[in-house]
Amino acid sequence: MSEQAKLPAGHDPAVALPGEVPPGEVTLGEILQGEVLPPELTAKLSRKDFVPDVEPRWCPGCGDYSILAQAQRVMPDFGVPRENIVFISGIGCSGRFPYYMNTYGFHGIHGRAPTLATGLKLARPELMVWVITGDGDALSIGGNHILHAMRRNVDIRVVMFNNRIYGLTKGQASPTSEFGQRTKSTPIGSVDYPIHPLVVALAAEATFVARSVDTVVDNLQGVLERAGRHKGAAFVEVLQNCNIFNDGAHRAFTDKEVRADRLLFLEHGKPMLFGKNRDMGIRLNHLRPEVVRLGENGITEADVLVHDEASEDPTIHFMLARIYWPDFPVPVGVIRNVRRPTHDELVDRQIEAAIASEGAGDVAGLLRSGDTWTVE
Amino acid sequence: MHAPGRPALPLCGGDPPTTGRAGGGRPATPAGVSTEDPRGLVTTTMRRDLPTRTLDRVTIRFAGDSGDGMQLTGTQFSRTAAAFGNDISTLPDYPAEIRAPAGSLAGVSGFQISFASGNIHTPGDSPDVLVAMNPAALRANLHDLPPGGAIIVNSDAFVPANLAKAGYATSPLDDGSLAGYAVFPVPISTLNARALEGLDMTAKQVDLVKNFFALGLMFWLYERSMEPTLRWIEEKFGKRPVVAEANQRALRAGYAFGETTEIFHTRYIVPSADLAPGTYRNVTGNEAASLGFVVAAARAERQLVYCSYPITPASEILHQLSEYKSLGVRTFQAEDEIAAIGAALGASYGGALGVTGTSGPGMALKSEMLGLAVMVELPLVVVDVQRAGPSTGLPTKTEQGDLFQAVFGRNSDSPLPVVAAASPADCFDVALEAWRIALRHMTPVVYLSDAFLANGAEPWRIPDVEALPDLRHPNRTEKAGFYPYLRDEETLARPWVVPGTPGLEHRIGGLEKHDVLGTVSYDPDNHHRMMTLRAEKIARIAADIPPLEVFGPDEGDLLLVGWGSTFGAIRSAVEEMRAAGRSVAHAHLRHLHPFPANTGEVLRRFRRVLVPEVNLGQLSVLLRAEYLVDTTGFNLVRGKPFQISEVAAAAERVLEDVRGGRR
Repeated sequence: MSEQAKLPAGHDPAVALPGEVPPGEVTLGEILQGEVLPPELTAKLSRKDFVPDVEPRWCPGCGDYSILAQAQRVMPDFGVPRENIVFISGIGCSGRFPYYMNTYGFHGIHGRAPTLATGLKLARPELMVWVITGDGDALSIGGNHILHAMRRNVDIRVVMFNNRIYGLTKGQASPTSEFGQRTKSTPIGSVDYPIHPLVVALAAEATFVARSVDTVVDNLQGVLERAGRHKGAAFVEVLQNCNIFNDGAHRAFTDKEVRADRLLFLEHGKPMLFGKNRDMGIRLNHLRPEVVRLGENGITEADVLVHDEASEDPTIHFMLARIYWPDFPVPVGVIRNVRRPTHDELVDRQIEAAIASEGAGDVAGLLRSGDTWTVE
Repeated sequence: MHAPGRPALPLCGGDPPTTGRAGGGRPATPAGVSTEDPRGLVTTTMRRDLPTRTLDRVTIRFAGDSGDGMQLTGTQFSRTAAAFGNDISTLPDYPAEIRAPAGSLAGVSGFQISFASGNIHTPGDSPDVLVAMNPAALRANLHDLPPGGAIIVNSDAFVPANLAKAGYATSPLDDGSLAGYAVFPVPISTLNARALEGLDMTAKQVDLVKNFFALGLMFWLYERSMEPTLRWIEEKFGKRPVVAEANQRALRAGYAFGETTEIFHTRYIVPSADLAPGTYRNVTGNEAASLGFVVAAARAERQLVYCSYPITPASEILHQLSEYKSLGVRTFQAEDEIAAIGAALGASYGGALGVTGTSGPGMALKSEMLGLAVMVELPLVVVDVQRAGPSTGLPTKTEQGDLFQAVFGRNSDSPLPVVAAASPADCFDVALEAWRIALRHMTPVVYLSDAFLANGAEPWRIPDVEALPDLRHPNRTEKAGFYPYLRDEETLARPWVVPGTPGLEHRIGGLEKHDVLGTVSYDPDNHHRMMTLRAEKIARIAADIPPLEVFGPDEGDLLLVGWGSTFGAIRSAVEEMRAAGRSVAHAHLRHLHPFPANTGEVLRRFRRVLVPEVNLGQLSVLLRAEYLVDTTGFNLVRGKPFQISEVAAAAERVLEDVRGGRR
């Protein structure tokens, strides 16, 4: 078993991880800074408070409905007043999401939602900002912005709906479409190799990286909730079905009948076991992951990797982001969760330090700085 | 006001032009310099009593290799002249390459300063004095020097290798080709090295300081105190005593050389200008714009968030604003131009003053986000510090080529206001004006500056912050009767509701919205109505800006209409022509979209309208389209600002046409 996969000594997965506030707990400091209201003031919010008076206009059967519903369900749990939550989106079917959340919302332009979110957080660090995007929006036209929002650790939660197709433009290949996939723009098969979104997020130094599935409702709620509580750049890939242009793209491992054997539900501090009988696991054979069955060839649970989402070293996280069906079960849940100072915190610190050393600047003084002379 | 015609040439009084190599006179030795005087006033035992001539205006161009420190030399001279009380105007001219091959024509860097005892509007058409640190600098700048102009050269640099790099077969100092000029060869490298003897520096380090020798010499020639520069050296290099000592010694040695050598027979004085009372400082356009944004935020009682991607010639605004952390200014170096404007718009959405700065190529990248800003009707200011040419063009050179891009450069009809600065100091006022319009009318505003303004400097009378426009604009917090697109009856501005406001949660975005309700709407009539409302909202700004003023006669033969940085050249040309009895007037457009309400009426009062622009006629097109008034363009697109004489000559040609009865 890999040394890196072991939990640090004394690390108890039952207590709050770095980067998250235990559910329902709010620090006095946050209340005093106006970041969140005390729970008793917000406890009354329910899912209905986040449902606006607008009918969603996605195709019947679209996976987006479930993602919307789970998001509306978890929103009250954060104890954040509704007016302090902002959803920002780009273009694509996912782009409509903010219109269907009864919070502040900004439907931006294609691929650029992270830029709007970065500026908003610069001006208003106290807001809880979500970015809703898709595989084309985030990884193709907006690829650059995703990289930089992640590496700066901007305190935003990016939820990327991955249906592996361009839906709103009616069925062209996306950056996550399969090699050889036939689409309207690739009638005899795509010649482009697909991107692994979570590998990109890890490479860009996202401090929270997770995956879930539109139809795996409990897991999706849990992942959104964890992302919401993370302080820093969170990237969540939601495998989402486009039943019109790429129906069943994830079916092979997400269908109810097979998902226990084909999804790997990650839990911090727990061995990476899967299967109906939880008798299969992932272990490292030298540097390579492999699927093993407990009891075969003398394999025991002790041979199986233990998930450590808080490991600063991302090696195993990269592995989890890369393994995929059919060679491996598809990992879902939180892959990485580390705490680093966020972009807005660092900007604030520099400003505070400048004021501490120079005193609060005064504009009139600034204008008169440098070489001046007086004409009588 | 600057007197018409060329100012008297300095340096020529009694000095026969010399083309000899000798350098003349006895080189000053460091021993002849008193370095004790803390005020920087040099007194030597060899002091000569020279006649002093008084001039209205002098223009000097410092030119050398891009590593020779010519920008610094010019800046120090400018500060000194301004602090003395002259009106000044400067024009840096540097290559795009950071270090082109040493001694090559491509690597020549120049800095022109004009200083005067009266108001001036430009850095001067052509230099009276050229200080050339090597053959390439001489060759690259000689054509701008009028006959009889003075040339001070570093004769040490005129060695075969450098001459070859500059394309000289023979030394121009020896071959008589400079016979029409007053040439003063000075062995600057040698004299500088001698002055620095004994310091713990390599020969290369010593040579890097020679620009201050040249500066010292110019200070002597124009009777300027070394004090401000000595103080600057102390502040800049105080922690590196050897470097500070070297620079101070070089400066003093240059000054002492002027004092002791016999090649200069006259010193010159340009008396201080009659400037309005107040406290002054020098500002470049980029500095003034930066200060303007800080003040706009203070007057709006909001946070300033400046988001930008590095681009010549706008980067200094980012550098400058990132220094102002103790004022709470937030700056963001984005991953690209689109992210920069996106973050600025996001900041504005949050209730801050979101500003992004760029140049033409970056503007092109920002256009989609500008369209979104038009659609969501949030305040935002985009500074376009224009540079020359399409694509990458001439990145360090100036042009007025982005007017069309600013006014039209978005998909569909996406109207927004456009303002432009006229001079480096005006960049401050235009920053405030851009924000006044953006806040009052809830709209993105494009603010046009250019490389000439950005890098040029002039004295600026520091305003009283409290007397500047009040830019406060309330956030809407009242629930009753709130609709995202319910407009102000007068301005048609929509309410500004920032996230965090309880009970007013709503959604905005790039999709067409229902008038008033702000929900997504595909209704054809609603779309037409919103298109019209957006256009009308911007058109109404014409009622909120000052009328177009005419300098000169109210009506007559010829009106020159300009915008942006050509102000100085056009105004100076019109002043000169009026002094010569011509019927010409000047109108300067600070607001390019919409135009001031009386613009058409002003144009029609003149028989001819001449529109000088450093582009191929963009304002002409706009004026003709808007007012059906014919215009004549004067368009010269060389990456350089207009010269006064060029504008005056173009105006004379039109006047001749008028006299000849031609239209």
